[in-house]
Amino acid sequence: MIEFLAMSGYAAYVWPSVALTLALMWANVMWAKQLAREAKAEALRRIASQDAT
Amino acid sequence: MNWVWFHRFGSPPYFYSVAGRIVPWLAWPATLLIIAGLYGGLVLAPPDYQQSDAARIMYVHVPAAYVGLMAYVVMALAAAIGLVWRLKVSHAVAAGCAPIGASFTAVCLVTGMLWGQPMWGTWWAWDPRLVSMLVLLFFYLGYLGLRGAIDDTARADRASAVLAVVGVVNVPIVHYSVVWWNSLHQGPSLLRKGGPAMPASMWVPLVLMIFGCTFYFYAVMLMRARAEVMRRERGGQWVRDLLIKGGENP
Repeated sequence: MIEFLAMSGYAAYVWPSVALTLALMWANVMWAKQLAREAKAEALRRIASQDAT
Repeated sequence: MNWVWFHRFGSPPYFYSVAGRIVPWLAWPATLLIIAGLYGGLVLAPPDYQQSDAARIMYVHVPAAYVGLMAYVVMALAAAIGLVWRLKVSHAVAAGCAPIGASFTAVCLVTGMLWGQPMWGTWWAWDPRLVSMLVLLFFYLGYLGLRGAIDDTARADRASAVLAVVGVVNVPIVHYSVVWWNSLHQGPSLLRKGGPAMPASMWVPLVLMIFGCTFYFYAVMLMRARAEVMRRERGGQWVRDLLIKGGENP
């Protein structure tokens, strides 16, 4: 296990590469979900204001 | 040729509904392929005979480069369709491509630096492949900056679409940079004459990662495009019907 994590001395290059890739992929999913929530909330606000008048 | 499907996809409610049904069918294969590809690449594949375990950076670097380029082509195509046929949905798709493509291009550049430092002895070189990839990132950032700078959505669509279409000339430059010029970067080793320059235990995980990241790109792009369509159509009757009667929770 330690040997695997050490990546024969290249751990400082391999693991940050993998971590950065997965972090940005995760962030992009969260960002897209946030946009969907905002768009729906905004549409519901617009509907509520239309119904109030 | 029957163009009905094309016009249907141009209809925001149809696009919103179909894209919403497609996303899970892309997201789950993407997750499984990426898990399998990373396990195969980081654990099962043998170390490279010259680069040892540093070569495992390939399993994130190459898919990131591929998706960074593919996303640009999809973005430019969608932008061109939006310009010619004035389809708002098409502009929403183009806008959905840009942040994801920019992310993968940035990942490609940074993982390339992390690979370049131990193997080439430098983080960066003013090399044709590296510079053309940096230009790709600038086209993405320019596209996003231009959209962000123009408040009127229709004007932002047109201006950014022209930039996207112009920038597509850079894509073949990135691809052929290692062939046309004497580059520090290695040439193609997967899709080349005579088959991959590595054993199946090394290229299969790479192919899984490329497919996984491609599915991931289309899933997240459609999620963004749906949100953008709803944002633009927030005053429309179909949005009201969907949110009030459809029972879809915000």
